[in-house]
Amino acid sequence: MTVTLHDPLVNPEIVAAHGLTTDEYEQICALLGRDPNLTELGVFSLMWSEHCGYKHSRARLADLPSTGPQVVQGPGENAGAIDIGEGLAIVFKMESHNHPSAVEPYQGAATGVGGILRDVFTMGARPIALLNSLRFGELDDPHVRYLFRRVVAGIGDYGNCVGIPTVGGEVVFDDAYRGNPLVNAMCVGILAQNDLTRGVASGPGNAVYVLGASTGRDGIHGASLLASAELADDTAESRPTVQVGDPFSEKLLLEATLELIESGAAIGIQDMGAAGLTSSSSEMATRAGTGIEFDVSRVPRREPDMSPYEVLLSESQERMLVVADPHREPQLMTIADKWDLACTRIGSVTDDGIWRVFEDCEEVCAIPVEALTEAVPTYVREVEPPAYLASLHAWSPRPGWLDCVEPLAALATLISAPSLASKRWVFEQYDHHVRTATVIGPGADAAVLAIKGTQRGLALTIDGNGRYVYCDPYRGGALAVAEAARNLVAVGATPLAITDCLNFGNPEKDDIYYQFVEALRGIADACRALDTPVVSGNVSFYNQSSVGAVYPTPTIGMVGLIQDIEKRIYPGRAAVGDRLLLVGGDGAHLGASSFLKEVLGEVAGRPPTVDLKAERMNAEAILALNEAGLIGTCRDVGDGGLAVAAAELMFGLESGLGVELEIPGRAGPHALLFGEDGARYVVTVAEDDESRAAELLAELEVVTRACGRVTGDAAYHVVDVGSANRSVLQASSETSIPNAMRQTESNR
Amino acid sequence: MTQVPIGIVRFPGTNCDQDVFDAVAAVERACPVWLWHKETDLQGAKGVVLAGGFSYGDYLRAGAIARFSPIMEEVVRFAVDGGPVLGICNGFQILTEAGLLPGALMRNDRLTFVCRPQSLKVETADTLFTRQYERGQVISFPVAHAEGNFAADPAMIDRLEDECRVVFRYVDDRGGKGLDANPNGSINDIAGVINERGNVLGLMPHPDRAMDRMLGSADGRGIFQGLVEAAA
Repeated sequence: MTVTLHDPLVNPEIVAAHGLTTDEYEQICALLGRDPNLTELGVFSLMWSEHCGYKHSRARLADLPSTGPQVVQGPGENAGAIDIGEGLAIVFKMESHNHPSAVEPYQGAATGVGGILRDVFTMGARPIALLNSLRFGELDDPHVRYLFRRVVAGIGDYGNCVGIPTVGGEVVFDDAYRGNPLVNAMCVGILAQNDLTRGVASGPGNAVYVLGASTGRDGIHGASLLASAELADDTAESRPTVQVGDPFSEKLLLEATLELIESGAAIGIQDMGAAGLTSSSSEMATRAGTGIEFDVSRVPRREPDMSPYEVLLSESQERMLVVADPHREPQLMTIADKWDLACTRIGSVTDDGIWRVFEDCEEVCAIPVEALTEAVPTYVREVEPPAYLASLHAWSPRPGWLDCVEPLAALATLISAPSLASKRWVFEQYDHHVRTATVIGPGADAAVLAIKGTQRGLALTIDGNGRYVYCDPYRGGALAVAEAARNLVAVGATPLAITDCLNFGNPEKDDIYYQFVEALRGIADACRALDTPVVSGNVSFYNQSSVGAVYPTPTIGMVGLIQDIEKRIYPGRAAVGDRLLLVGGDGAHLGASSFLKEVLGEVAGRPPTVDLKAERMNAEAILALNEAGLIGTCRDVGDGGLAVAAAELMFGLESGLGVELEIPGRAGPHALLFGEDGARYVVTVAEDDESRAAELLAELEVVTRACGRVTGDAAYHVVDVGSANRSVLQASSETSIPNAMRQTESNR
Repeated sequence: MTQVPIGIVRFPGTNCDQDVFDAVAAVERACPVWLWHKETDLQGAKGVVLAGGFSYGDYLRAGAIARFSPIMEEVVRFAVDGGPVLGICNGFQILTEAGLLPGALMRNDRLTFVCRPQSLKVETADTLFTRQYERGQVISFPVAHAEGNFAADPAMIDRLEDECRVVFRYVDDRGGKGLDANPNGSINDIAGVINERGNVLGLMPHPDRAMDRMLGSADGRGIFQGLVEAAA
């Protein structure tokens, strides 16, 4: 099939350079009833890019559960919102900034934080917390150390300056991410439900304004070329596609936006994020079922001689698009002046459903709004399981394979592996106290914030395990949700809802597409079983470079509620003689585990089976036990199994205390100690409460056994297996990352 | 009982304003009052707090631009007249830039931002702000800054020490000079200093974040009580 191209500027090479296929180009011509001009082509290339248009994921995302009595706003808005009682809602979302961070780690990570903050405050919510989920290659690579240091600095400098605490997250190191780090940022905000503002351009005749920073050439084609294609070897050439952040402007924009919403002068507001003015204006019109027109020559610029194309595609940061009744313009301008921000009227809402752009009153684009936002081609295909899975699953250990692995030495290796070690080096660079609500900060299973003016607490976590998803996409997807829920339960919270960030390789490749579809199925099943609908999220494809695709890594940001903050479960609340209970049964499963990877250097087998009924029952049992006042402290059993959970529990205890673990039988302690089977927790109960706790758990039909006690000797014992000194173990956890980061770095 | 109005200055980029507001409001008789940077009236405030944050984005140098804002002229006049002024973190940086306190806050020796609970030794209980504490008492306030490394010329340091104007010093949990006790490399482990007249205190750690045991410490209450009593 041949394409006729009338505009001399638009030829097949240009179409291809915009990341569009010949078929897609034909569809564009059909929608317009003519050929697009070059500016329109650029606009379509952005809006139909994977990053904005979700063409490979949209159809599958519809299978995720997104409703429930707790849902105030589901997917499709700038962020999701849930009801937490007392008329309050929590607004939250997570987003990736992977390729920008690979290309320019400091600005890439910083602007990722900036973008997600705006997605939340544009809804009228005041941001109260940030979290992040990071993946890097192994720290023995000098370039990885450079990326890691700069990403952490970028995240810290932005959030710290705006004054939003970074309260939690995760960092994992694996060679699978060497060529393509993952940087996912989550923001959580709060508002009175009545104040929820949506990104709508409603009411023909209303005026359209740009609020905030001026527009420059930074970030042009960030969404289409950088985020929607594999990473090239020479990432330096892509640096102009990365935006530059200004957290001070963001702080002013935050305050001005919230004041504007409170004043009632704004009808709709949207952040100009990926695809800038183009996506914000067309999406706002789509939601309202209207049209929109504006003149790019009125948009304040920071550079001379910008073409309409450049203004439309710029991803300059810290800008908002505001729709307001023109009669309230004076009020709008007063608020903008107060915060020293520019606010410029650029156009108006129309009723003809057309997205119309002028330059000096001359029309340069006229595209049906829905052609940009709703007519995006979507691709669904059926694919076979990739061959690599069969060979991974064929793994079976030889008899006696672990005879030479001394369990306490293995524990020491695990606890000092950067993925499992203390992340203090990271989180001390983030302000996690500002706003004075952080009751449990970074380093615990989940963060807990006090909700001021109420008795309630909010619990927050991010989890994902790319290795699991690689080894079994369905199980990995489900286990990511289950692990997030366990982390919230371990601080005494009831899980409410999730946001997800789906980081995968190139979806045009069958193996990757299979991983995506199956992981999503796992996430959907787990969200249904645990009653945690998906209210917002983001898909990031093409996370691959010349060294291959990253592990398929969906990350799950979960929000939970503690009705009475006094009933939170926190680290360290235990005394000598307290009993350790293992709730959920013994570990038996070492496939795809941290033990295999960190101790034996193997990635093989399958992750643990998924028992969602047990996940739910055991979570409810922990919450019931806590409600009865029987739990001292609690840790979920995750990476590294019971042995690591008990060590982490011990690190939280008063100095001088230790733990003693008992495992049944002397033979083959490895699976019992390091198995990562799901639905499990280790809790402490006072000696006098042990029988009451056991009775309650038996009543709830939850498999439980006494697995040890808290000791007074600052040591870690496993009965009949061995002992280690607490301070030695703790020091190896604390010093692992700082020691690695003392080596030289390179920005190759 | 009469209320004691305490002014809290808001510069663009101040982000601990609400935390300080809440801390002041927690003190009996205190009535927090917002002071906008473009204003030239302290609105009858009997004490002033410069809160933490990143005024003007810390561009140029932390606190360097804020000192030129209209409200600062009034704050300087108020301080020169003997009114109690407390500067926390970025507020401390602004006070040194404005010349109300000696020295300067340089980049942390570790070259990164540092946020953690921090033990402090109260070096003198003989100030308006520290009467609630005992000399030598070890307390805990969080720190959160990138530029908290207090420096001054040797003669000024000697003078500050001789005149007992070092109010807080960084220590380890046991009150000693343990490894890593000092979060930023400040000379003599100085965390906070007071002016000659004793009415202007600047410190890097955040008493406003140490108002509630649930958040880790309630040791900061004494500072705000001292401020309100001095202002009454």
